Amino acid sequence: MVEYRIDRHSGVATYVQIVQQTKQALRMGLLRPGDRLPTAREVVEATAINPNTVLKAYRELEREGLVEARRGLGTFVRRSLGAATADAALRAELETWTDRAREAGLDREDVAALFTAVLDQRFAVPDAHAAEPGTRVTADGTRRDTEHTQHTQHTQHTANSQGDPS
Amino acid sequence: MTDTALRAEALGKRFGRRGRWALRECGFRLPAGRVCAVVGPNGAGKSTLLALAAGLLPPTEGRLTVLGTSPAQARPRVGFVAQDKPLHPQLTVAETLRMGADLNPGRWDAAVAERVVAGGALDPEARVRTLSGGQRTRVALALALGKRPELLLLDEPMADLDPLARHELMGTLMADAAQHGTTIAMSSHVVAELEDSCDHLLLVGDGRVRLAGDIDDLRSAHRRITAEADADLGPHTVVESRTTGRQLTALIRPAGPLAGDWRTSVPSLEELVLAHLRSPGAPGLATAEAAESTGTTEAVTEESAA
Repeated sequence: MVEYRIDRHSGVATYVQIVQQTKQALRMGLLRPGDRLPTAREVVEATAINPNTVLKAYRELEREGLVEARRGLGTFVRRSLGAATADAALRAELETWTDRAREAGLDREDVAALFTAVLDQRFAVPDAHAAEPGTRVTADGTRRDTEHTQHTQHTQHTANSQGDPS
Repeated sequence: MTDTALRAEALGKRFGRRGRWALRECGFRLPAGRVCAVVGPNGAGKSTLLALAAGLLPPTEGRLTVLGTSPAQARPRVGFVAQDKPLHPQLTVAETLRMGADLNPGRWDAAVAERVVAGGALDPEARVRTLSGGQRTRVALALALGKRPELLLLDEPMADLDPLARHELMGTLMADAAQHGTTIAMSSHVVAELEDSCDHLLLVGDGRVRLAGDIDDLRSAHRRITAEADADLGPHTVVESRTTGRQLTALIRPAGPLAGDWRTSVPSLEELVLAHLRSPGAPGLATAEAAESTGTTEAVTEESAA
């Protein structure tokens, strides 16, 4: 089980923080396929954030194929992230590159700025609020349906765990 | 159960025959299941609005529908915690909760109420008059949540609480909303306090509704722009603009494509609220789902939101 830490001054949208922390836990092996994510109720009780924010993050993870919502049971991890062998090779390359940057006289901040600039250039920056603004206004019906499913799921989940002797 | 928790139509409230209008021509809709921040400066009309919704004040003009019916009829299904947290000072905490059970037959959830009180390590035998402000808030919230309301109205609920209790009680409220789909409307003049917990905004200023709608929708209907001082803001609605030297910064509601050489960003909730409060003349905005027969407020369409 993961525990989310929300930093309200990070400038990163809250739901994105949940997505990122879940992915981090997948990369580090803290979450593995088959593990259950905490329910929306559990997350909001601990963090005091809005329940819809958690559901939005879980939908995003589901869209990326990392987790799946199982009716009446909860949200479960489908696959982990980052193959260890590829990671090691990439890490070695990055270490070599970082050493070269240092020898070239760049300090820590220069390197971080350079790396971030290339990251931003190569990967689209997720802009939570610019995405599909047109559908947002009208998408209310769909979203509420999802919420209801999630509520039902939670209730059923509670019932299941009470009835389960294990 | 209706999909609308609160609906106001041309709602107005004046205190005394020649008194000042605390609210005037308010029109909005709060969909059920939302957690709504009722925000505005002191004296804007937030408390009046919540008291009208709780059925404690009659409107002077217009109409307010609560959970599909009149405020008076909806009262058994509505929890209300007023700003001064009125409780009987001579009752003990345990007696207060027993009173809650007696006053709400068939609805009372003793476990929920006791859990809220237990979180504060309150002595059940302590009399209410001996409690601190924060402890009284906790007892008042326990009464309101124990009632299992469909709509919870909270007027400045967190003002008396220390940061730890504030976080814990906000978590309790959010858990209730997640589990039961409770609609919550809570007021505060501190926007940052509500930003993470609320998904809907009602900005009240000078007795009128200035902004109403889903917070993400409202934010994405606006842009903060930085441009050259002589930039033509053209067809866009300008909420606020300022020129410093060669630079123009503005908060606008785009009504079409934006010039390519402007730097633009989506404003934070706080920026949005402050810009509207600094510019009392700027037109209001209600998103499509939050609009209700409005006079001064323009309804957002898909095009202008995009």
